[in-house]
Parts: sequence; structure tokens; C-alpha cells
Amino acid sequence: RTYSKETEVVRFCLYFQFMQRGLDSQTKKQLEEEEKKIISEEHWYLDLPDLKEKESFIIEERSFMPCEDLLYGRMSFKGFNPEIEKLMVQMNSKSKKEEIEVDDKMEADVSDEEMARRYETLVGTIGKKFLKKRDQRVLRDEDEDENSNSRPKKAKKMFLKPQD
Amino acid sequence: AAGSGKMAAEAAVGQVVLPGDVLLLPARPDHDAERLPLGPEAAPRGRLLCGPGLRRCAAGLLVTKCGLLRHRQPGGGGGAAAGGAYWVDSQQKRYVPVKGDQVIGIVTARAGDVFRLDVGGSEQASLSYLAFEGATKRNRPNVQVGDLVYGQFLVANKDMEPEMVCMDSSGKASGMGVIGQDGFLFKVSLGLIRKLLAPKCEIIQELSQLYPFELVLGMNGRIWVKAKTVQQTLIIVNILEACEYMTSEQRKQALAKLSGN
Repeated sequence: RTYSKETEVVRFCLYFQFMQRGLDSQTKKQLEEEEKKIISEEHWYLDLPDLKEKESFIIEERSFMPCEDLLYGRMSFKGFNPEIEKLMVQMNSKSKKEEIEVDDKMEADVSDEEMARRYETLVGTIGKKFLKKRDQRVLRDEDEDENSNSRPKKAKKMFLKPQD
Repeated sequence: AAGSGKMAAEAAVGQVVLPGDVLLLPARPDHDAERLPLGPEAAPRGRLLCGPGLRRCAAGLLVTKCGLLRHRQPGGGGGAAAGGAYWVDSQQKRYVPVKGDQVIGIVTARAGDVFRLDVGGSEQASLSYLAFEGATKRNRPNVQVGDLVYGQFLVANKDMEPEMVCMDSSGKASGMGVIGQDGFLFKVSLGLIRKLLAPKCEIIQELSQLYPFELVLGMNGRIWVKAKTVQQTLIIVNILEACEYMTSEQRKQALAKLSGN
């Protein structure tokens, strides 16, 4: 569809942000459709059949390193450069380790059960630090009750009226 | 016969192949993506590594360099070549920068924040002064024009200027950086470098029995040697240069004469 110059300008203005609010949904839809049509008509495409993507199992590689497992390039012999000799051991064993892929866990110094037990009591111990004084006293009294039930409670110190 | 055009890849291993030969790979059972592969012969194999000198083509692999075809068996060989690897063992003296290769470069110029290195390729490589371990804008590395640097390629393709760095991906130097004072630098063919870097190389093992020395091998054909005296250094240089054309018998004789002296 071709428009006259004036209507073309007006129609173009409708695309601006400030005009979008005033438009109702129908006009918006119309605008979108027209835009899509324009794009699809101007869109160039090759009239060829789709090539199936195949053979993703071959990787092209221009370097010799992964093919031949070459060693590390810096070498030192008979202790001429001790740092390089240490590096040689490290680098050459690293390339071998990648192949073997050792994935056993490191032996833990403390077993998981011990950790759980320790944390159980730890939370309580640290938590006590942050209690208010009154609560601390209550806790202490509770502990005492548990340990020695028979001990009578000390009478609370109250005001004693002086006897004449 | 070799050079007849198409042949099965497995049959050509160890033979001379010429550019233009097509190597046919065994048909993959899971070519048809819709059918689920069932049965033992359709065990999923890793990816096949197509190494230097070879390219993918419709039928299989296309040879682009002349040399001997090599093959590595799949499985256990390495993480990258889980499905096996094919490559052409060719001989050349001219180096072409490849990403990941570790080479010896000579600093030729300093252009602002970047060093220009001669690595023996068609272009000079660039090396930023921040690409050293522990280098910051205030703490610059001590690199002068004419120094030897051992580094690896970060970027190396035919469209861009090659870039080098002297540290690995975690920021550690791991042996890269400026190579120390003294020593001797010389050039050999690329095939000899690969032979020397192969695990359990006889030449290196025999040389290491002679006297203490230090060696740096760059994939661009450059070797740097340093021993305690100039004479020892030159002896090692001469042996390494001559190794290319000596048989192992001749080499053992030469070394026996040396250690006898």
C-alpha cells in the first residue's frame, strides 16, 4: 500500500514514543503488522535448500600440543637451575594428571560426624554470649536445677522491715 | 598405493600423504540423528581431533601438507583427543604462530605500553607490559630491547597480529618471562623441536648425563642453551644441531667420545 506524502509523515509520527500512549490497541496492532510486512518484503533470502548440519564430531586443531603430548619447554639438568627442575616436575605431572582425572576427596582431618557434633554444642555456647543478663541468670538456674535438683533455692533477698 | 586420492584413514597411518588426498573415515553409526543408537557398536565415541595438516571435508579428512600420517588411539590418551587424533607429521623451518604455543621471542622495540617481539613468523608479535606476573602500572617488568622472552600466544590467526603473554590463565608465570643472562640462542627445524619435546626423548636423556645445563625449547624452532662454561655450551649446541641428520648410532658414538675426553 502506498500513501500520499502527508499521510506518510503522519503515519511515521505514530511510531514515536510520545505518540504510543495516545494510540489505542487496535491502531498499535495495525502499525506492527505493517512494519512486519515491510520488513518481510525487503528481507532478502537465498532460495536454496537448507543444508543439514552434520559432522560435529571432528574438531580442527592447528597446534601439535594436544596431538603429541609434548613436554614443557623449559628444562634443567643436574641441578643447574633448581627452580626450573621443580617446575619441570610440576608441569609434566600436571599434564598427566589431567588425563587420569583423580577425583577422590582429600582425607579430612576431622570426620563429618565430629563436625556435626562440635557444631551442635558450639551454636549454644556462642549464643549464650549474646543473651541479656536476665536470661543468662535463668539459664544458669536451669542448669543448676538439672544437675542438683535437691538443693534448695536460696530465699530471694527482700526488704526486711526493721524490728523495733 | 599412497597418493592415489581416496583411501581409508586407518590404512594410511604411517605412510606418506600428499596435499589433496582424501582420507575416508569409518561411517559413524549415529549419522542419522533421529534414530537412537542401540547396541554395542554404537557406543558414543568422543570427538575426533583433526590436527595440523588436515582439514574437514565432506567425505572425511583432506590432507593439506605433505608428510607422514600419524594417529593416536582414542580413550585415555587425553581430555581433548578422547575420540582419537589424526595429524600429518611434516617438516618445515618456517614457523606460523598458533594459539597456545610457547615460543622464544626477541624484543625488537618498545612502542609505548607494548613490546614488539620477533618470533620468526611473518609478523612481529606484541606483548603488553602488564602480561607478566605481578606487573602493575607502577611496577613495570624489567625488559630491554634485545632480551629473550619465553611466552605463549594468546591470539594467533591469519587475520590478526599475534599477541603474546608471559603468564597463564591464573596469572602465574609458570616459567615464562624474560630468559636470564648469557647462554646461546640458535635455530633448528620445527620437526626437531617436536622430537626433542616428545616424552622420553633419547637425545635429551643422553645429553642430560653429560654435564649440568639449562635448556629452553621454543615451538618456533629456537633453542636457548646455557651451561657452566662456553665450551660446554657450544658442545651441546653442536650436538643438537647435528642431531637432525645423525642416526642414533652416530649420536651415541659422538657422545661417547665426548664423555671420554
